[in-house]
Amino acid sequence: MPKARKIDYIINLAGVIVLFFLLMFIFDTELLGRVRSYIQGIVIIAMISIVMVCSLNLITGFMGEFSLGHAGFMSIGAYSSAVVTMALENAGIILPDLLLFLIAIVIGGIITALMGVLVGIPALRLRGDYLAIVTIAFAEIIRVAFTNFQITGGGKTLSGIPKLSDYHYVYVITAISVCVMYMYVRSRFGRCVRAIREDYIAASASGINVTYYKVMTFTVSAFFAGVSGAMYAHYITSLIPTKFSFNYSAEFLTMVILGGTGSLTGSVVGAAVLSALPEALRSFQAYRMLIYSVVLVLVMIFKPSGLFGSYEFSLPGVLRTLTGRKKGGAKDE
Amino acid sequence: MSLLIQSIVNGLNQGAVYALVALGYTMVYGIIRMINFAHGDFIMVGSYTLFYTVPLMVLAGMPAWMAVILAIIVCIGVGIAVEQIAYKPVRGAGSMTALITALAMSLLLENLALVLFGANPKSVPAIFNLPMIEFLGAKIQSKYLITLAIGVIMMLALQVFIKKTRIGKAMRAVPQDKQAATLSGIKVDRIITLTFAIGSGLAGVAALMYCSTYPRATTEMGTMLGLKAFIAAVLGGIGIIPGAMIGGLIVGLLEIFIKVYIAPGWYEAITYMILIVVLLVKPTGLLGKNIGEKV
Amino acid sequence: MSNTTAVLEAKGLGVEFGGLKAVSQFDISIGDGELVGLIGPNGAGKTTVFNLLTGVYQPTEGKFFMNGEIMNGKPTHLVVHSGIARTFQNIRLFKNMTVLDNVKIAFNRKMKYGLASAVFRTGSFWKEENEIDEKARELLKLFHLEELADTKAGNLPYGKQRKLEITRALATDMKVLLLDEPAAGMNPTETAELLESINMIREKFRISILLIEHDMSLVMKICERIIVLNYGQILASGTPEQIANNPDVITAYLGKA
Repeated sequence: MPKARKIDYIINLAGVIVLFFLLMFIFDTELLGRVRSYIQGIVIIAMISIVMVCSLNLITGFMGEFSLGHAGFMSIGAYSSAVVTMALENAGIILPDLLLFLIAIVIGGIITALMGVLVGIPALRLRGDYLAIVTIAFAEIIRVAFTNFQITGGGKTLSGIPKLSDYHYVYVITAISVCVMYMYVRSRFGRCVRAIREDYIAASASGINVTYYKVMTFTVSAFFAGVSGAMYAHYITSLIPTKFSFNYSAEFLTMVILGGTGSLTGSVVGAAVLSALPEALRSFQAYRMLIYSVVLVLVMIFKPSGLFGSYEFSLPGVLRTLTGRKKGGAKDE
Repeated sequence: MSLLIQSIVNGLNQGAVYALVALGYTMVYGIIRMINFAHGDFIMVGSYTLFYTVPLMVLAGMPAWMAVILAIIVCIGVGIAVEQIAYKPVRGAGSMTALITALAMSLLLENLALVLFGANPKSVPAIFNLPMIEFLGAKIQSKYLITLAIGVIMMLALQVFIKKTRIGKAMRAVPQDKQAATLSGIKVDRIITLTFAIGSGLAGVAALMYCSTYPRATTEMGTMLGLKAFIAAVLGGIGIIPGAMIGGLIVGLLEIFIKVYIAPGWYEAITYMILIVVLLVKPTGLLGKNIGEKV
Repeated sequence: MSNTTAVLEAKGLGVEFGGLKAVSQFDISIGDGELVGLIGPNGAGKTTVFNLLTGVYQPTEGKFFMNGEIMNGKPTHLVVHSGIARTFQNIRLFKNMTVLDNVKIAFNRKMKYGLASAVFRTGSFWKEENEIDEKARELLKLFHLEELADTKAGNLPYGKQRKLEITRALATDMKVLLLDEPAAGMNPTETAELLESINMIREKFRISILLIEHDMSLVMKICERIIVLNYGQILASGTPEQIANNPDVITAYLGKA
């Protein structure tokens, strides 16, 4: 590993750790007083959205294709992990919270990733509009299935899921998830996927197995949607299939687009702001989606690349800019 | 036997609604290669219009179905507004942008309705008060026959319009070659707007047909209805007008038959499966021709 | 200069679209290091031949071989792996990616590190990434593009885009290069530069080239053998002199003009 890069990684890691202690300072002291648990809830939901939106951006931004059924993947992660942790509890197996939480995350991620492969292999033969429609169709099929299966509540609310998503855990998983996705994007895999987005015919003429890299990216994306779903299930503790509707998928897409297709930084900021803002302004709730949609139309007309375009934040980059040593953020890994 | 006949009539009734909505998708897609996600929501707009105008008509001593005229007008207005405000500026900016814009307009209409009309469903007053008909032991709602007839008439009229009139011919010319169409004096922008107007007007009619069967207006009724109609359009071959009609009827019949005879809880899932299978096996639909991408 | 052993060989190759024969009975045999021209009037099916030879279209008749191995039924990327690479008539670069990344894409096949290596940034990740970086820059240097490595490919001038496309094709480690109208839209200086590049890669890499080109003076100057295509079929083939004096070819061209 080049030395300069190593230092950059360490600085970024330090930033993540500092932020963690900042959160601990805010939440574990009496700083916030009575609103502490309320704010904490907003932060947890925001972090869950961050994982979800970054995963969606892998498909929408980097691969340049549409998944309009990403909430469907989230629901698979949520239900599969909830079923497993509830079964473990019912069987009288007492595990430490952290272990149970990790089991939920791994189960949610892997099962959703498997579903991603199953959906991706046939669906990714299509592109553009048709792929978009097919992803909606798959999400709807998943929703109908969860409504019909007894094990997932048979159309009623599935409740009594253990509350495991404590903000420490969620923070660490979110940080790891975003980091892994960043590494994925800035590797030969991400490079191939971007080439496919630019021109899939030229990509295959350069020896790239287009289907393979598309399915791979789709699967990675599904994995993290599942992770996000698992965290969600174990925070909310009750699930209903109608929650994971087309509109929910559209909400995540809005966050991706506003943040910037092709920028994970944009996704993090977009998800954090758009999921925290309506909570913070309760009276604004009824108008939330209305305003989102208006903003979305305006962004499409005036700045289709979103707020961040393809800019990526990096702490060392910003430090260098601040100290005037080098301009620009992290342009390339 | 009676169940079979009833199912066929129900299926055709349902199918006629899908077909009319599918026409809107197909016409717009045919001309600007864009899935107008907001199209399903035009039916929602039409349904709310009916909710408010049907009582007015009754109060004015006119037949309730006359309210459809107002519904059509409102739908056309909304359709043209959506096209002019949102779609026109992003035309030519790529399919991704177009798709997101359409999606955003769909969300906008739904959430605007939510703010205006509230989250509770509104029940639309009865539009047709007609007796049941007995046919071979099957009880058939005569209003179903009426909606079916309306549907068929609308489709035939549209087909004649497209094939025979000058404007209809221009509508067919634009998607084939925009430049050539412009050169031969066709005002492409105006044709596109007109296409939206006709599609939205049909959505108004579809709202009447839908509400006479399911007399409820909800803010999100358009999403799933629109999606299924889109499936119908794809099944028949998107961009092809007779394809939308055939696709609509097939989807309607299939849904009712699966609901009645096979698996009531799963009928929607099966409709979506059909879409997936069609797209994978023959993405150009039943009536479409295969066109490879130019390299 | 042509050898007896063929590198790329097609026998009776053809494709039909909806009953219409776009190309039929196409035979070709390209020897090691040979430069063959493929000419013909517009719509004769030249690009279709390229699409057949790269697996973009699957042939409905005939077979083609690369180093004796049958290529029918292989998807494009596998055809490329076996050593056939191409450029496109209407340049297809990854426009929003850097010049360097455009070349790196073609090297992807050489890279073996997996997902875990990418995520944990293991030694093999850095080793392979650095190797590819070096190789790609070396190639760019050959085409005098190294200064532009970090420029967006879409921002290059036309002639340089053509060169970059050829560089990218070279990076796939191919044995046969199919060039689709490389000189189209170029000014005389750019064409001369292109010619220089073609000569350079032939000397340096000892590859065979199949060239579609409308610029007759260019074709006559550099091709050792020429195949003339008309209405999807081979009209004539031979040395440039033979072709220039072939009455059928003259009618096919002049008859149209």
